[in-house]
Amino acid sequence: MTPTAMPPRWLPIATLIAALFLTILPLPFWAEPYRPRWLALTLIFWCLTQPLRIGVFWGFGAGLVLDVSQGALLGQHALTLSLVAFLAVELNRRIIAFPDWQQAVSIWLILLLERLINLWIMGATGYPTPSLVYWLPTLTSALLWPWLAALLQALCLRTIPE
Amino acid sequence: MAAALALGLMITDSRYQHLDFLRATLAVTLYPLQYLAALPSRLARAVDGRLANEAVLRERNQTLQDENLRLRARMQTFQSLETENRRLRTLLGSSFQVGKRVLIAELLEVELDPFRQQVIVDKGLRAGVYKGQPVLDANAVMGQVIRTNPLTSTVLLITDPAHSLPVQVNRSGLRAIADGTGLINRLRLSHLPEDADIRVGDLLVTSGLGGVFPRGYPVARVIAAGFEPHRSQFATVLAEPTARLDRSHEVLLVWTESTPPPARPAPPDMAAASATTPSRPGVDGDKPR
Repeated sequence: MTPTAMPPRWLPIATLIAALFLTILPLPFWAEPYRPRWLALTLIFWCLTQPLRIGVFWGFGAGLVLDVSQGALLGQHALTLSLVAFLAVELNRRIIAFPDWQQAVSIWLILLLERLINLWIMGATGYPTPSLVYWLPTLTSALLWPWLAALLQALCLRTIPE
Repeated sequence: MAAALALGLMITDSRYQHLDFLRATLAVTLYPLQYLAALPSRLARAVDGRLANEAVLRERNQTLQDENLRLRARMQTFQSLETENRRLRTLLGSSFQVGKRVLIAELLEVELDPFRQQVIVDKGLRAGVYKGQPVLDANAVMGQVIRTNPLTSTVLLITDPAHSLPVQVNRSGLRAIADGTGLINRLRLSHLPEDADIRVGDLLVTSGLGGVFPRGYPVARVIAAGFEPHRSQFATVLAEPTARLDRSHEVLLVWTESTPPPARPAPPDMAAASATTPSRPGVDGDKPR
């Protein structure tokens, strides 16, 4: 994955909307705990490849929309995704230089942090501590990362005007 | 800076109601996406209906007819009882109305925060749904409406930790507050003394004291009642909701005749004041904490 030239402006928005769609799509009961954090992954990709254009406030906006669509406390995901975007922008030089599996590990760490803060917010608002299943999505997301990155990269290259 | 903004938003959202407008606007723009996401499962169910073979349909028809017959037989006695009840109540001079308007709504199958007990239904302000409206399924109380949009509304289930419901033991008339636990099949009855007259198997019905739910609807069945002196000085009573909270596709929105739709939400301490044992502000879980 390398930083690319400017893809058209609508592409990040379109992919984020697609990620949101995948987030609220109902899954069979057994698959539910494994649902990857689509929105966070897509956001990380854009922050890594376009750090100058896409950053913390995109994370904030995406998080706000996620809050509304999930009926969560307004600002809960806005905070965590802002943090994710911040980390991705700050660390993008380093992460981009990594080979694929190492990238996946760093993404995993970022997502673990995101879940941890979510857990704190839930704790602070009086929700019971969920079981260890709560952490599973970070694992599936990390495993999915190389493929998602490749796909988004291909989309980027294809849509860049000559 | 975004972090500060997010923190500010969270605090405002949990304490005040100023952000409802922002939430409502965003929710309306999200509706097409939600509709699209719910489409596959809706289609699957439609196709499933089309593909059902004749034997299955005939069998289902038979069971429905049987059930209809049984219900109508019970309805006959119910009608005479209702008339009698109304006559007696007129004699007593109390104002009590039985007739209620209901609306059937369908769940929008979209994924919400898995750790909050909420569902979205496909009827909203346009259909006259109001905030605080009770929601039932075929068996029992499910929850209440907490947010309305023109086309959809969000329902907080009785098992959400932010929800508390005034109930009454059907057998003994004992009143209590049923708190959600965050688990889809558990309610906890708080602040009952150790010698409270409550047993495993007792049916809990709504007491109507919070002013939100009409009285007399079944809520849950007690599955454990005990006293653990080393943990708490109150009895530990757990109950299982009789509504099929995780399986219903259709729900009933009820208009209670005794409480007409309020123009604006009642102050939260009103609900607390009218309940018998207020456990915390907003006893009826008017809004999530």
